[in-house]
Amino acid sequence: MLAEIGQFTLAFSMVFSLILTIFPLYGYFTNNNKIMQTARPLAYMQLISILTSFLILVTLFITQDFSVAYVWQNSNSILPIRYRISATWGAHEGSMLLWLTIQAIWTGLVAFYSKSLSTDKIARVLSVLGIISLGFAAFVFFMSNPFLRTIPMPIDGNDLNPLLQDIGLILHPPILYMGYVGLSVPFAISIAALLGGNINENWIRWSRPWTNAAWASLTLGIVLGSWWAYYELGWGGWWFWDPVENASFLPWLAAVALIHVQAVSERRNAFRGWTVLLAIIAFSLSVLGTFLVRSGVLTSVHAFASDPSRGVFVLTLLAIYAGGAFFLYAIRANKLKSQGGFELSSRETLLLVNSIIFITVCFMVLLGTLFPLIFEAMGKKISVGPPYFGSMFFMMMVPMVIFLPFGVLYKWRKDELSRVIKLLFPVFISALIFTALCYWYFSGLNTKATLGVFAAFWVLLSGLSSIKKHSKLPRGLWGMQLAHFGVAVFLFGVSMTEHTDFEVDALMHPNEIKVVKGYSVEFKGVEKKQIENYNAFVGHFVVSQNGEQVASMNPQKRIYPRQGNPMTEAAIDAGFTRDLYISLGEQINDQGGWAVRVYIKPFIRWMWGGGILMMLGAFLASTDKRYFRYAKKLKQENINKYLEV
Amino acid sequence: MTPTRKKRLMAVILILLGVGIASALILTAFEENILFYKSPSEVLAGDYPKARNFRIGGMVKKGSIVKSTTSLDVEFFVTDYAKDVKVQYTGLLPDLFRDDQGMIAIGQLDKEGLFQAEEILAKHDENYMPPEVAASLKDKKSYLEKGAQ
Repeated sequence: MLAEIGQFTLAFSMVFSLILTIFPLYGYFTNNNKIMQTARPLAYMQLISILTSFLILVTLFITQDFSVAYVWQNSNSILPIRYRISATWGAHEGSMLLWLTIQAIWTGLVAFYSKSLSTDKIARVLSVLGIISLGFAAFVFFMSNPFLRTIPMPIDGNDLNPLLQDIGLILHPPILYMGYVGLSVPFAISIAALLGGNINENWIRWSRPWTNAAWASLTLGIVLGSWWAYYELGWGGWWFWDPVENASFLPWLAAVALIHVQAVSERRNAFRGWTVLLAIIAFSLSVLGTFLVRSGVLTSVHAFASDPSRGVFVLTLLAIYAGGAFFLYAIRANKLKSQGGFELSSRETLLLVNSIIFITVCFMVLLGTLFPLIFEAMGKKISVGPPYFGSMFFMMMVPMVIFLPFGVLYKWRKDELSRVIKLLFPVFISALIFTALCYWYFSGLNTKATLGVFAAFWVLLSGLSSIKKHSKLPRGLWGMQLAHFGVAVFLFGVSMTEHTDFEVDALMHPNEIKVVKGYSVEFKGVEKKQIENYNAFVGHFVVSQNGEQVASMNPQKRIYPRQGNPMTEAAIDAGFTRDLYISLGEQINDQGGWAVRVYIKPFIRWMWGGGILMMLGAFLASTDKRYFRYAKKLKQENINKYLEV
Repeated sequence: MTPTRKKRLMAVILILLGVGIASALILTAFEENILFYKSPSEVLAGDYPKARNFRIGGMVKKGSIVKSTTSLDVEFFVTDYAKDVKVQYTGLLPDLFRDDQGMIAIGQLDKEGLFQAEEILAKHDENYMPPEVAASLKDKKSYLEKGAQ
């Protein structure tokens, strides 16, 4: 019964999306205020119905209704309740429902926080969001409906993939989707502006906090995903340049470019067209990512059991959204004239350079991701190794890092290079000194790591020196500084982790000691245990340094009875300056010998810490008073206009 | 030139520069980092990159896994149900590596015709099969079936 209601509200929300797509736009083109005003209520109705569907699916999981095929496939009677809830979005169907729900939440938020926009503007924005919801609602309803029954009702469920029975799965997908889908808001704003044929600084000012919030969520989602892969997959890696990871990284890169260009087009009436184009690109990449993940055209660790017809559907959506948007851009872009003049030597130029760098990186990652597909069309099967992405990313980050402090210190419109160089010279010298100290302290840094450490200090110190000069910064600028500190912390972490980490695979017998980079790792043996819904071989390790015990670690080899598959659960001793990471392979012989992998990962937490700082920076920036002040002013203007009528 | 034109010209130059550098980087990076995928039949027919890494994929031949009891050495045959190639590997194996399961190994073929694997990938989900493996197996299967008729 409940499943049918869920299906019903899902269909209902699709109908609301359809009306939301048509009505307000019709009102806009016929200049009918009454019809345009239906946009907000429709957005709320869409949200309520889809949220009901989603909560019903969660309930079906909690109450374990195995007559629903999706619940049966991804849950079973001994699954702990927290994973029953997260199993809702553990596989394709529910995951798409979550996507749709979050899309509706963003639409609802836009409807609620848009009092400052005139009726015709908000009507257009919500209509465009409606089109997006409509497409994905149809996708969920027709192609991946999670409410379908299976007859006869099975006695017990299939179990959730053990890798997904983890806190990471509870958090990672919803937050990632917040970001992914959130990029539809700047997209909708851009399309709405193109429809109206004009985009002024109010439009852009209004879209900035949305872009920042979406990007911040995307950042956090990616950080969580990386952290999850690190501890859950048991290989100690934190980024694999896997197609699905790239799928989330592509819109992230485009959004970085977008955020920086928005700063110019809000403040300086320049690059308006470029801003709109980047917003379109960013969201199109989100949809492209969905296509790559859902269609299974690329080999990936994330591979949901894939279905080509689903891929075709999402590809069609991509063609409609991106194709439509680019077409609209092509015919309307000439109306988005930017009048503001500026000199070559100005902040505008540097922010343009930023956007070009990030779009180039984005293009390179895209190419590397799609290259196997191109080759496949020619009948050859290839894959692109992580070194391609790694070396290319490194090379593109060099100019990014060099220019970053210049972009922060340069003035709008016109500035003297000599003035900025004078400011940055002490920064350069002190960054050199700090790097030399690091080089001496962490002996054995290679060239790339040394450059990375220098880059970190260069960015950090330039930020500090520019803060020092201003007694009071608005939140927007604090946000920027914080995000840039995040870049510095990330660079430091990544340089240290990637170039000074240490890995050893060994066969160890009970009471054997292995010395790994100054840590002596003692293997105490393995015991068998039954925990919650799985059996585990639990290894005991004692790690000491200079005769003192540092950590006692218990990596596990788990067997989930329902699926019968083993799973490695690494033991991690997290630290501020290093992680110790031990995972258990398999039993090698009858003398208690086990295959053991030991990693030392210096400063790996800093990398995620950097990402978190970037996220905080973006959130902070999106709460800048400026946006609210203008919002208030615009609201008043709208009320006045209304009173005049 | 008017200032606007100058600005546009500059933008165009910057973009061209970016695209140029990018293409150069991409081409060199691709050159070194493309990994070809080969099935055991292709490898035995001599169709594989010499003296550089490639990926070999197929099923782990039933009963072919030989694990050392004194080290982390493993040997097994990878098969596409037509031909087998022997793979040697030292290190920890993925959780879902076992008999009669799809896998991909990255490494090189040595002089004796053994595949020296640096890395072994198995699927993460029991329902999932790497598309290349699935495709190369399907080719073989339909071929075998035709032969049987």
